[in-house]
Amino acid sequence: MKTSQYKRYTRTRMGNIIYFSVLLALGCFMIIPMVYSIITSLKPLDELMIWPPRFFVKRPNLLNYFVLPTLLSNLNVPLSRYIFNSLFISFVTTFLHIFVASLAAFVLSKTDYKGKKIIFLVVQFSLLYNAYTLAIPQYLIFSKLHLINTYLVYILPYLPSSLGVFLIKQYIDDSIPDTLLEAAKIDGAGYFRTYWHIVMPIIKPAWMTLALFAFRDMWGMSPSGTIFNEELKTLPTIMGQVVSGGIARAGNAMAVSVLLMIPPVIVYLITQSNVIETMSSAGIKD
Amino acid sequence: MKPHSSSKAGKKLGKERLQLHLMIAPFAILFFLFTVLPVISSVGLSFFSYDMISTPSFAGFKNYIHMILYDDIFPISVKNTLIFAVIIGPISFLLSFLLAWMINEFGPKLRGVLSFLFYSPALGGSTFFIWQVLFSGDRLGYVNSFLINMGLITSPIQWFKDAQYAMTLVIIVQLWVSLGVSFLANIAGLQNVNPEIYEAGAIDGIRNRWQEVWYITLPSMKNILLFGCVMQIQASFSISGIPVALTGFPSVNYMTHTIVTHLTDVGTIRYEMGYAAAISVFLFAIMAVARVLIGKLIDMTGK
Repeated sequence: MKTSQYKRYTRTRMGNIIYFSVLLALGCFMIIPMVYSIITSLKPLDELMIWPPRFFVKRPNLLNYFVLPTLLSNLNVPLSRYIFNSLFISFVTTFLHIFVASLAAFVLSKTDYKGKKIIFLVVQFSLLYNAYTLAIPQYLIFSKLHLINTYLVYILPYLPSSLGVFLIKQYIDDSIPDTLLEAAKIDGAGYFRTYWHIVMPIIKPAWMTLALFAFRDMWGMSPSGTIFNEELKTLPTIMGQVVSGGIARAGNAMAVSVLLMIPPVIVYLITQSNVIETMSSAGIKD
Repeated sequence: MKPHSSSKAGKKLGKERLQLHLMIAPFAILFFLFTVLPVISSVGLSFFSYDMISTPSFAGFKNYIHMILYDDIFPISVKNTLIFAVIIGPISFLLSFLLAWMINEFGPKLRGVLSFLFYSPALGGSTFFIWQVLFSGDRLGYVNSFLINMGLITSPIQWFKDAQYAMTLVIIVQLWVSLGVSFLANIAGLQNVNPEIYEAGAIDGIRNRWQEVWYITLPSMKNILLFGCVMQIQASFSISGIPVALTGFPSVNYMTHTIVTHLTDVGTIRYEMGYAAAISVFLFAIMAVARVLIGKLIDMTGK
């Protein structure tokens, strides 16, 4: 890429330093709450209550974390079960959602499927309908289909999320030239092969990003009125119990929210490093 | 892809059609069941009076008439929603592009660090409640205790109870959390701009980086930008969680009461589901109008 004799207009070294300093300062402001959660989770009880309040911790310790197993020990269902449930629905849903969404997005973007315009219009506008009033009709549908009290009640409604189809469809529109698909067609590739071997590798940044969104949403999922079996409930539900303990539990509550951040952060790091990595290869289109 | 008009058309076309049906089927079926059907029933419900216990009774336009003529709080919620949407939507949309674009010019390592910082509010779950601790209305709040120690104020300020500050603080915190989705979509979109196009642009006489972003980068990712735009419309008209968490429910004089806050209130506390559905139909109408207007605007700039 650097071989071209035509130089792009890029920032000067000085400009780069200035931009970076400004962005870093702004970024540090953005991350204050996350840092504050971590610091607070390390504070002993007396430091949590001093006045005037101090941002930093003087005598950090992990006590807030160590007592969590005791706090959660009198559950009817072991903690590991909740962790499993959350991980299970998060991974399965993320994985399936990428396929469901990208298959549909490909058909809506790059084929002459009948009615694709109207379907896409409905997808876009459905995003604008407030989810709150949909809860009752959705509940009736869940119960008609006997989904209540099963893992499916978490997974199935998320799979057709309009956001995913919309995101991937827009990305395909931007990144896949029709000529590329014409070439595949001449080579005799069917729709599915084209989707799998040509489209999916190019749009990897899009579905990696979508994977993060889906995982994050599902990881934070707690059932409302659709799961009654304690063994099928998710981690956030049970964590609410720790948080509800008042000021004496403030440190534990922070420890819990720090622990809950870990899986999304890991998924973020994995997916984003893939998004950025693809730059050099996916940029070349023909 | 246009179907071939060659000789072996018939059988092959049928097979291809079937393939397309199969590819879109999982989405289409689930989407119809879990989104289209509920939306239709919700719109239908807005013409009924329903308290979740007795059977719904037909009410015609009664819910809509009540909403427009008799509900004193509804106009306040519309006004607040519009203020939030008009301020937060465009700022957040521009920021999410500008930041993604500026970050994208750095090497992979710095880019990684910066994008993590900017995406951290979305990864932190409910960490936004820390703003509540910082701006807590008693002497224990960080900002208050700082100002008292500096001698700038003598008694603590009720940040979230005072109309002078509450609206601004809510807007700042909302902007802080709202970068997430469109920011990352833009980061992904920028990866996809072909470096060769930039070189071609340099040959064609692009003179500076602003021309480059206007003539090359933006057109190359216009569909992703539209995605970010629709997501911003959706998010900024649906604001409710943050104002409620920060200023309480209901807020003093309903100063941060939004349409979504109002419909949740009507549905959850007063069990008037038909009325709540009418409000969400109204909200949908506003957002749909905003979406169409912005679509027109984008078409104009493209020409």
